[in-house]
Amino acid sequence: MATLELRGIKKHYGSIHAVDGVDLAIAEGEFLAILGPSGCGKSTTMRMIAGLEIPSAGEVLIGGQPVTHLPPRARNVSMVFQSYALYPHMSVAENIAFPLKARHVPHAEREAKVKWAAGLLGIEPLLKRRPARLSGGEKQKVALARALVRDPTLFIFDEPLSSLDAQVRALARSELRQLHDRTRITTVYVTHDQVEALSMGDRIAVMQSGRIRQIGTPQQLYSHPADTFVAAFIGTPPMNLLERDGRMLGFRPEFLRPVPPTTPGEGALRLNLRIVEMEFLGADWLVHGQLETGARPQRLLAKTQPDVAIKLRVDERYDFAVERAHLRYFDRATGLRVDDGPH
Amino acid sequence: MKWLRRTGFWGGLALFAIFSIFPAAWMVISSFKQDQDLYNVAVDPFKYNLPPTLKNITLLFTGTHYPVFLWNSFYIGVIVVVITLLLAVPAAYSLSRLVGRWGERSGMAIFLVYLIPPTLLFIPLYQVVSFLKTADTVWSLVLVYPTITVPFCTWLLLGFFKSMPRELEEAALIDGYSRWQTFLRVALPLSLPGIATCVVFAFALSLSDYIYAAVFVSSTASRTVSAGVPTELIRGDIYYWQSLMAAAAIVAIPLAVAYGLLFDRLVKGFQSEPAGGA
Amino acid sequence: MARTEVAVRVSIGDREGLLGGLMMAPALVYIAALVGLPFCLAIALSLTSATIGNPSIHHFVGLANFTSVLHDAAFPFALRNSVIVTVATLIVTLVLATIESELLAHDFRGKWFWQILIILPWAMPVSLAAVNWLWLLDSEFSPVDWILHQIHLLGPGTIWGPANHLYYYGREWLGLGSIVAINVWRLLPLATIIVLAGRTSIPRDIFEQAQVDGAGILRVLFRITVPALLPILVVAAMFTALLVFGDMTVVAITTRGGPGYATQLLPYWAYLKGIEGGELSEGAAVALFMFPILLAVAFLALRMAYRAESR
Repeated sequence: MATLELRGIKKHYGSIHAVDGVDLAIAEGEFLAILGPSGCGKSTTMRMIAGLEIPSAGEVLIGGQPVTHLPPRARNVSMVFQSYALYPHMSVAENIAFPLKARHVPHAEREAKVKWAAGLLGIEPLLKRRPARLSGGEKQKVALARALVRDPTLFIFDEPLSSLDAQVRALARSELRQLHDRTRITTVYVTHDQVEALSMGDRIAVMQSGRIRQIGTPQQLYSHPADTFVAAFIGTPPMNLLERDGRMLGFRPEFLRPVPPTTPGEGALRLNLRIVEMEFLGADWLVHGQLETGARPQRLLAKTQPDVAIKLRVDERYDFAVERAHLRYFDRATGLRVDDGPH
Repeated sequence: MKWLRRTGFWGGLALFAIFSIFPAAWMVISSFKQDQDLYNVAVDPFKYNLPPTLKNITLLFTGTHYPVFLWNSFYIGVIVVVITLLLAVPAAYSLSRLVGRWGERSGMAIFLVYLIPPTLLFIPLYQVVSFLKTADTVWSLVLVYPTITVPFCTWLLLGFFKSMPRELEEAALIDGYSRWQTFLRVALPLSLPGIATCVVFAFALSLSDYIYAAVFVSSTASRTVSAGVPTELIRGDIYYWQSLMAAAAIVAIPLAVAYGLLFDRLVKGFQSEPAGGA
Repeated sequence: MARTEVAVRVSIGDREGLLGGLMMAPALVYIAALVGLPFCLAIALSLTSATIGNPSIHHFVGLANFTSVLHDAAFPFALRNSVIVTVATLIVTLVLATIESELLAHDFRGKWFWQILIILPWAMPVSLAAVNWLWLLDSEFSPVDWILHQIHLLGPGTIWGPANHLYYYGREWLGLGSIVAINVWRLLPLATIIVLAGRTSIPRDIFEQAQVDGAGILRVLFRITVPALLPILVVAAMFTALLVFGDMTVVAITTRGGPGYATQLLPYWAYLKGIEGGELSEGAAVALFMFPILLAVAFLALRMAYRAESR
């Protein structure tokens, strides 16, 4: 039985279709990331899971039970907000105890659970403080403790790392993932950052314009994107997209390799590119090559190892190739993936 | 150049302050003047040509009904504040959170109530008040003053609730409280500054009304400061000016301090107005 | 830890629509009963012949009250004066408020003190302010006259002489001018606060850009500040107009509408007719003359505000 199921969820505001038919099922203990650009409907979907919005159509089931029209408090869902939403007029301990108070948990048991949650996140020394005197990272931990303390059926994260500094973010990512592995609570993680989604999710649902474009493991999304949107959205840098023979060809920059030293196999795509820019990325180089055949010049990206890149010069022309196995084909009009295989 | 700007600034400020204060300063000076000094046209009125005296203030408190007026105004004010809060706080919360887009935009609409001023309503209200047998008692005023205070306080609190982040209440909903409980446990405690501002203004507004106070109440024992001072401190054709001025100053100065300290709050209140480009 | 199963009963506290209605109901019912109902009653009164002695509204007389009001000798004065006083107060107040808000838009030390001084006229109850000004412009002992005398503007052989005193509340235009002065004095703080609210939401960058471009103070004021302030000036105008037009306290305490009815205003006249004269219906009719003008002011103001905003 799935812990969370969404069937045909829609949300309309007048003529605006914020969410336009979403189907989803999450197994127990799974970590699902909902990924998409702003305005794609991920926040609205999340709010309908939490009960903060009622869907215009469709059903929400938690633990097999329909909860579509139930208020948040009837769903046993915990949420960590982007701004953490700590109650400023209460201490950290009181913040964490708040959900337990709502369920009339007796005092002694409340204290024990607060201690346990605080211990899990390493914030015992902060229990007596007020939120105003906490750092960003500490606030996040308090928000987590509050969400954990009542052992919810489902955890929802609403872009929790976006207010952290870049350096802290990487650390927080792994800490969150470890927390999940320890507690094994089913988690929905909403974000616009594909790096977060790829590194943390068991599966990722990519949303755009109110619909899910693809659900799959990070590897599936990376290597076999279902359409050009997913192809361009996932991965840094994004997949190269090239129009050829009436179809869109896609290939990842790391598979666009100079010839020599590589020798292309049968059915490989061959391109002659003029180097316009070379970006140093540390571990490798991002080579910007301009394809000058075809209707208009197009820029393609190739991720190249330093020992190969050293042989390339800007403004020179070189041969590049992509192995057939790494080519993906998309319909030119709809952007959807079509079967592999040349014409 | 900068020097010119500076004197311009402080000069302008001083001019406005003098304009505001001049009548009030004259009011305070007069309160302590002896009769022979005050009613002497030949001398400088701004100086104490004869030593200042407390006689007029003593007269005000011992020989007139002023203390009664103050007391009436005070406890009418308190009751009106309570009624106002009971009506305005839930209404403001409801408008800000519970009734959708048009609820939030109704900030200006609330003021449409003030389109029907007391000077239009006082005649029919006089009838209503007589009908309810409350004419000539303080209860007529307690009944009617919230029509002045509730719209203003609802508007003030609406701005306050709107500026409170929704996420706090959503967190409480998810944590397990109903909307009503969230209102009590999260929204209300966090809106105490706004409520305090309302208390001050509701009290001051009820104190300041003249029309209803003069029309509905005629017996001296039930009058408020606002209506009592202009009417009762005149014996025949003789105005006891010093006492009159003192009577006005005693009310005006604390009110000015209270309002002055809440100045920025008021400015902010008008900033959350949807209309007006702010 | 065992997963806790929660059984929750959905109550009224969860039904947001219903809760919202219930929370708003007391205020709505109160306003409907004590503002809406009396307003309808005022209309009913004006169409009947009720007096304080016989306050029933059963004798329908149609528009008789309105015609008798229109033919009353005092009516043209009351109407004219209400309009003049309101417009004059509006103009002076708005100009002063714009300048004053310009000064108060900056932060400076001890600002709280000046704020107290500046807000006093509005904080003071209207009737007490009127009494204050009654004494301030007294026909015998006014210190203003004394000052005018000292600077040789009053007294024998001066422009405003030969009398030593100005009879502020006993002359038609001097009386109206005094009423305007009192209204400007007491409403300037409110107007300033409203304009300030609009002023402080003009982003700083615009002013800094103007500084960089080399614009002087006056140019900044007229080319940038005032146009940007237009919507909020409309709001300030609306409040000021409503408060002046509907006020009877100042006249009641200072000129009493005199001499004769030269300084009569609509609301005070309504009071004189309705309460002191006992003619409830006629009083109501006079008061109702105010309403269309109030509506027009609000309508104009809202329209200008929306137009200014969409520019």
